Amino acid sequence: MLTNITLKVWRQDGPDAQGRFETHHLPEITDEASFLEMLDIVNERLIESGREAITFDHDCREGICGTCSLMIDGQAHGPQKGTATCQLHMRTFRSGDEIVIEPWRAAAFPIIKDLMVDRSAFDRIIEVGGYITAPTGGAPDANLIPIPKPVADAAMDAAECIGCGACVAACPNGAANLFTAAKIAHLNLLPQGQAERYQRTEAMVETMEEYFGSCTNHGECSSACPKEISIDVIAIMNTDYLKSKFKNRRSLARS
Amino acid sequence: MTMVLDSKVPAGPLADKWDTFIADEKLVNPANKRKFKIIVVGTGLAGASAAATLGELGYQVEAFTFHDSPRRAHSIAAQGGINAAKNYQGDGDSVHRLFYDTIKGGDFRAREANVYRLAQVSVDIIDQMVAQGVPFAREYGGLLDNRSFGGAQVSRTFYARGQTGQQLLLGAYQQLARQIGLGTVRLWNRMEMVDVVTIDGRCAGIVTRDLMTGELSSHAAHAVVLATGGYGNVFFLSTNAMACNVTAAWRAHRRGAAFANPCYTQIHPTCIPQSDDFQSKLTLMSESLRNDGRIWVPKNPDESRPAAQIPDEDRDYYLERIYPSFGNLAPRDVSSRAAKRMVDNGQGVGPLKNGVYLDFSEAIDRLGKGTIEERYGNLFEMYQRITGESPYEMPMRIYPASHYTMGGLWVDYELMTTVPGLYAAGEANFSDHGANRLGASALMQGLSDGYFVLPNTISNYLAGWLNKPIPDASHEAFRAAEAEARDRFTRYLSIGGTRSPDYFHRELGKIIWDYCGMDRNQAGLDKALSEIPALYEEFNNDLRVTGGDTSLNQTLEKAGRVDDFFQLGQLMCRDALVREESCGGHFRSEHQTEEGEALRNDDEFAHVTAWEWSGDFTAPIEHREPLEYEVVHFQTRSYK
Repeated sequence: MLTNITLKVWRQDGPDAQGRFETHHLPEITDEASFLEMLDIVNERLIESGREAITFDHDCREGICGTCSLMIDGQAHGPQKGTATCQLHMRTFRSGDEIVIEPWRAAAFPIIKDLMVDRSAFDRIIEVGGYITAPTGGAPDANLIPIPKPVADAAMDAAECIGCGACVAACPNGAANLFTAAKIAHLNLLPQGQAERYQRTEAMVETMEEYFGSCTNHGECSSACPKEISIDVIAIMNTDYLKSKFKNRRSLARS
Repeated sequence: MTMVLDSKVPAGPLADKWDTFIADEKLVNPANKRKFKIIVVGTGLAGASAAATLGELGYQVEAFTFHDSPRRAHSIAAQGGINAAKNYQGDGDSVHRLFYDTIKGGDFRAREANVYRLAQVSVDIIDQMVAQGVPFAREYGGLLDNRSFGGAQVSRTFYARGQTGQQLLLGAYQQLARQIGLGTVRLWNRMEMVDVVTIDGRCAGIVTRDLMTGELSSHAAHAVVLATGGYGNVFFLSTNAMACNVTAAWRAHRRGAAFANPCYTQIHPTCIPQSDDFQSKLTLMSESLRNDGRIWVPKNPDESRPAAQIPDEDRDYYLERIYPSFGNLAPRDVSSRAAKRMVDNGQGVGPLKNGVYLDFSEAIDRLGKGTIEERYGNLFEMYQRITGESPYEMPMRIYPASHYTMGGLWVDYELMTTVPGLYAAGEANFSDHGANRLGASALMQGLSDGYFVLPNTISNYLAGWLNKPIPDASHEAFRAAEAEARDRFTRYLSIGGTRSPDYFHRELGKIIWDYCGMDRNQAGLDKALSEIPALYEEFNNDLRVTGGDTSLNQTLEKAGRVDDFFQLGQLMCRDALVREESCGGHFRSEHQTEEGEALRNDDEFAHVTAWEWSGDFTAPIEHREPLEYEVVHFQTRSYK
């Protein structure tokens, strides 16, 4: 059981409203509770005392949907490495702690209310090229193209991204390079992804730059990532982006 | 209007029915497709794949999700894998075997023709997903790897680490994103469907609530697809995501869509037990763990030694004892009930004595820690994050939890509900799993419905509407539905009681879990049928929703969903009461063999129970669709 926890929570009534920190005191909370269950308890008390609950995004609570967020004491998804906020438990904290809870901080993720932000810029990046064009019905047999296991594993490492936005929130520049590069690496590494490889890279990078800041290799993204996606994917993206500018796409099949 | 349950199963031999349907279906030519508008609600596997494919075909598609992005849908959380009758392992699999296993696994309570089609289409799904770049696990030679899953005797499960659902959903999401980028699909995010509108007996569109602004609006279409998932959250504690709800399906039901077999719910045997009263959800540990873990409880209910110090002779490996041939791999419903019996007996483990051990010590000794880490490392880490205990050092504690719902909106062979023009796909419909779903079959069904079935069947309906005008969103029926929804949300805000929506949801969940969970009987169900309306009345008088309805208000959203769970919960208990037999996930303790196994009654209950809304949630109208088997023969499931 933890005692005497103080929360300083960011409250903001709407996108254009002035925000403020609100202090909540928890005399005790069990260390079995997850961080979001702790917020549920605060919210239930708020509702029962006639006040509006704290708005925050969350859904699966098993670290896979990428809906949850939160800067906890200035760290994206809090202090535990490789862990999304929904899987963080109160046993990570100590009695008497003061915990500061803020929304993702990034110009490309405007605040909707309290701790909830709008991450739809990520969808815009996927929409311009984060796919392999394969209309339903025309696919050849799945075993027609063998893919070496190391290649399939490397693609899977990149594909594990959950699109939560921690990388952007942790980046001093608010860059989305890790998110964008994870998808580019996933698709560009696979044989099926070759036909659209350079067109995809060019479109996604340039759309990313419309919304997000620029990468200056701090590496904060990778250390905040709940799926621990390697910063190497950014190198893959940068190489393919550079190549995309002089690649003759008619000779793609020979590359 | 009397309700007719016409399954529209094509004539001819079972194996030819789907081909016959495709050969005979009415088509819409490419230039005419753009004259039709189709609404798809939900963007999980079924919804995203349907919206993407219909967009590719040239229809005007509008996709609705209440999430911020289509990629958040709960299909993403599926861990284990997806079945397909590829027979890549040459171990004797075939379309017929997958079909038969699914029918048998569902305890002979599914429609034969639908299940056969599912097995046929399963092979196309794998081709499609690989072409889209889903990084399935592979052998060193580069070919696809398979594993045996959930007690199947063949290896037909394709997987992507412990995140198959994530990779398949992202694949479908990317296809949808491509169509959104091309402008063939319009996406409405953070929009919740709050009603279905019918005009002249056909589905005319939907009413939505913009979660950001509270604004209600109407959307007219030629056809509407509901791919809105299952209702497992009626139990409050389940492995479903927090926002999963029955509202879309329930609102459709209230507008004339029959709701089939609501009592068929699946309780998954391997979840982390509840640790506290305020726990918000339960976390699933993949069933694949049962391949190497041994399940046991102490023989002595008063056992106080730590697990490692309890010698073998004081342990009861009850699954291996009762089901020697399937052992720890007995099907989900069978192993769930066995765990419940142990815990009810007082032999439970853990601080609340509410779990059983899943022990890897023997597998670690036999295979080495490295191999176990390679196979289950990510699951062990997840377990440790949640419980603070390392499964390498002490056995996991597991207990069954609500996981999937086989029941849902009644649909015919074309996936159309009893409302013309209204379709249901994926977990939202009732069609393919009978009374119990096999592992790795949910992903298969969602993608089958969305990629391959709906795009074929929907033209059969639309062709009849070519160049005929349909009412637009200004029609009075839409206005009336909007007004009704507005009144409903205003009412939640104005009750001004003392309890939050979560409080009522938790209390409702306890009733359903206690009386309509793993073990049901007449006395308990009668009790639930009187307790639910009493609690519902309290909900209607003592609910407190703070905040307003003109900006984002999660408490208000929740109130609407809990309201619908009350009515659905009542129907579930009614359905469980009238089904006086045990089958699959539905176990009536009055109907069991001497050894405590489920006792089916094929003479009286080989039918689908489809309920019609009567206007009073305590008095639904029962209809039946008889299940006629042309190919399979009834047999008792035995896993001994």
